[in-house]
Amino acid sequence: MLQHEFVSAAAIAASVLFILSLGGLSNQEKAKRAVWYGIVGMAVAVAFTALGPNIGGFGWLIPMMLIGAAIGAWLARKVEMTEMPQLVAALHSFVGLAAVFIGWNADMERTRVLAMQQSGIALDGLSAFATTLASKTPAELTFLQVEVVLGVFIGAVTFTGSVVAFGKLAGKIGGKPHKLPGGHALNAGAAALSLLLAILYLNGAGFWTLLILAALAFFIGWHLIMGIGGADMPVVVSMLNSYSGWAAAAIGFTLSNDLLIVTGALVGSSGAILSYIMCKAMNRNFVSVILGGFGATQGPAAEIEGEQVSIDTNGVAGALNDADSVIIVPGYGMAVAQAQNAVSDLVRKLRAAGKNVRFGIHPVAGRLPGHMNVLLAEARVPYDIVLEMDEINDDFADTDVVIVIGSNDIVNPAAQEDPASPIAGMPVLKVWEAKQVFVCKRGQGTGYSGIENPLFFKENTRMLYGDARASIDALVPLID
Amino acid sequence: MKIGAPKEIAKGEARVALTPESAQQIQKLGHECLIESGAGVAAGFDDAVYSEAGVEVVESADALWQTADVVIKVREPDEEEAERLHEGQTLISFFWPAQNEEMLERCKAKGATVVAMDMVPRISRAQKMDALSSTANIAGYRAVIEAGNQFGRFFTGQVTAAGKVPPAKVLVIGAGVAGLAAIGTATSLGAVVRAFDVRPEVAEQIESMGAEFLFLDFEDSQDGSASGGYAAPSSPEFREKQLALFREQAPDIDIVITTALIPGKPAPKLWLEDMVAAMKPGSVIVDLAAEKGGNCDLTVADERIATANGVIVVGYTDFPSRMATQASLLYATNIRHMLTDLTPQKDGVIVHDMEDDVIRGATVTHAGEITFPPPPPKVKAIGASKPKEKPREPTPEEKRAAEHAAFVAQTKRQVGLLAAGGVLMWLLGLVAPASFMQHFIVFALACFVGFQVIWNVSHSLHTPLMAVTNAISGIVILGAILQIGSGSWLVGLLAGISVLIASINIVGGFLVTRRMLAMFQKS
Repeated sequence: MLQHEFVSAAAIAASVLFILSLGGLSNQEKAKRAVWYGIVGMAVAVAFTALGPNIGGFGWLIPMMLIGAAIGAWLARKVEMTEMPQLVAALHSFVGLAAVFIGWNADMERTRVLAMQQSGIALDGLSAFATTLASKTPAELTFLQVEVVLGVFIGAVTFTGSVVAFGKLAGKIGGKPHKLPGGHALNAGAAALSLLLAILYLNGAGFWTLLILAALAFFIGWHLIMGIGGADMPVVVSMLNSYSGWAAAAIGFTLSNDLLIVTGALVGSSGAILSYIMCKAMNRNFVSVILGGFGATQGPAAEIEGEQVSIDTNGVAGALNDADSVIIVPGYGMAVAQAQNAVSDLVRKLRAAGKNVRFGIHPVAGRLPGHMNVLLAEARVPYDIVLEMDEINDDFADTDVVIVIGSNDIVNPAAQEDPASPIAGMPVLKVWEAKQVFVCKRGQGTGYSGIENPLFFKENTRMLYGDARASIDALVPLID
Repeated sequence: MKIGAPKEIAKGEARVALTPESAQQIQKLGHECLIESGAGVAAGFDDAVYSEAGVEVVESADALWQTADVVIKVREPDEEEAERLHEGQTLISFFWPAQNEEMLERCKAKGATVVAMDMVPRISRAQKMDALSSTANIAGYRAVIEAGNQFGRFFTGQVTAAGKVPPAKVLVIGAGVAGLAAIGTATSLGAVVRAFDVRPEVAEQIESMGAEFLFLDFEDSQDGSASGGYAAPSSPEFREKQLALFREQAPDIDIVITTALIPGKPAPKLWLEDMVAAMKPGSVIVDLAAEKGGNCDLTVADERIATANGVIVVGYTDFPSRMATQASLLYATNIRHMLTDLTPQKDGVIVHDMEDDVIRGATVTHAGEITFPPPPPKVKAIGASKPKEKPREPTPEEKRAAEHAAFVAQTKRQVGLLAAGGVLMWLLGLVAPASFMQHFIVFALACFVGFQVIWNVSHSLHTPLMAVTNAISGIVILGAILQIGSGSWLVGLLAGISVLIASINIVGGFLVTRRMLAMFQKS
């Protein structure tokens, strides 16, 4: 058994390692080291806490950890890179659920320890947490209750929210926003009821208040995320990431554990900033994303004139052979069609022919921040030719050919030209400034957000219909 | 109706207003076509070809003028031709009504209707009849060819075993249709082309043709779009600056092609004697404005001269005529389009609709009256170019002031936030126990550190960042570890499940992150 001081020292070490780990993600090379900081930090935190004073139940603890680790390792190995968004969402839900359980536990322990104190039973042999509890003053215990409420509430919202996000990203639930009749009034009602229950609980009502509180929070999480369209999923995922952090921090307060508080706060603020970056990239108000305000148009969108002109792979290959500079703009469609390897082959061949090939990545391309980068990295596309929107947006005018693979809203000129468009003002990749644009698309339908895209009707745009992977595969042998 | 094309009688004019192709199209409108014998020979169309196309070949000009209801011509009519006009006859040709008032009177007196091809308004619908543009296009092309003919070197730069050849440097002054055509031709021959125009909005067109726009920084740059796409005379100050720019270019330039014209005025003198003197021997100046007096001081209309320092100045005025076949084909097509507009029912009946912007604009005499100048067209010539907002470069003082203001605002905001935060802390401190406040300090600091650290994460690593933070948020496992030793079986069970799922989270999160990062590679 390690002494309390020793555990605290380990906590400081772990906190520092976590901060280094997050900070190290500033570039690709450092990032590989940064992950190790995180792993070591976590190992230190878990090991020293488990070996600390008054930890029991190793009969439970060790098997559970091993089983969990095995499942985690198996998941991590099995998952396709295109399924990354749903995996991250699913993992968030675990944190949420764990937070709910731990919150409940904390309350049960509180009542148990209080009962023991009142009946004068000796307090020896309690678990670590219960020992801490026993030394708390009544004021501290009241605060602990507040923390329990927060931990349970945030955890529960995170849990169901992440489950819904997982369902939507995995395609198990439709991507369209769904709301029960009553809409946000239901959420507000549930929240008000939760507040009432929390007050009741603080005034001494029993454990049942926490159960109902959790149920209400489960409902809010479910209903909130159901109401958000698929196109906003990057924001949702990073928001849930943030929530899981805040839940951990709230639990940290409950358990008076600084390491939990520090780590939770790090994760929480990280997720919050990511959400903010995503919202800015879409020119959306964070609140309106969370409340599912997408599709609320300010007026009739401008009519689009012209028609979509299609082209076959030979035509595209001809243009590519003549081009000196090519920019590829991938989107979610590339992920869906698993076309990243085909695209990578194409790029290798074009680069071998001495052409300047680059990728233009919109901040919200895909269903997760940085989704496209990960897919392209998987297909061994060198990361130094993968540029973000601000780096490449001015270069489109000097580019011969742009290939848009399965993206729609992020290359929609209506965002800049049509003030009535629902996505008006969102920064987009200006692909239409290039000499020629080829759009690789499954059919004539609209994208995830359901908005018509005038790009497809422009004179310098040609549509290459079909599955992205099949199209690109057919294209590769035609490049010389 | 009978449409007749006489032989051009102006000296050296090789073009013809009717070609076999255009005749076939005109016949489809229900008209009959006549041509004076030999009219197309100089342009490469002999009488037999016309006969084949169903055109009646008329032996003499007199006979043609007698029978034709509509006479189509290239050059403006001279006195002899004007005499032949008769009541009710229509003449379609270049006319230059502003410079030919006397002729205008004469045609009016004859009772003829005259459609001046040079008066077709410059609106989109009328582009197909815009003979000035099609002629200018040929002139621009031919000017470069002519310059190449006089110029003793390659246009394109070459490095050969026999030595290095520098590329020819071409300066095109005036980027109208002719200028742009010249730019295009010269660039495609491989020359280094620079171009100048008083209308800054054509810079984009110049650059699109592959030339470098010589920018003249002058406050009152004129908005050429207001004057129907033509340049207007410029102020003396502007002219001085412009000449200084040319003077600077002169020693460096091998070929100068000037195309500057101002409607209804003599051509502006832009290439002065001293500039010619500054040029290298063997350099060539082609002056497309020679007919209107020339842009170059030394230009002699219709002649090629060599100056004392070996610079050749070409003042030919008949560039289109030097490419008579091509020019006739294009001009005849313009005429044919005009006839199409004049024959709305395609039934061989000319309807002279004076309500139509294009026909009204081009008609200079009609029904015994002079209808020149026309009223301004209902459709604006060129969509007024938006006033360009040139972002004004702020002065250093202004910049400093702006920076200072931003700094003050930021300071205010930060101090405000800190104060608000301080008040909140104080309120919280009133009710919260000391131990809570200690933890809260830790919490606030951690938020702050997280905030500072995350901004630096590169965009492409956002997914790994999420996976890492997700793995780290598995730290809730600590809470479960602290509780699992509880005496209560329920607490133990819930804590056990928490340990299980948090472990999945931690291990899964880290491994996936590692997998992702391993894939990032540099090219």
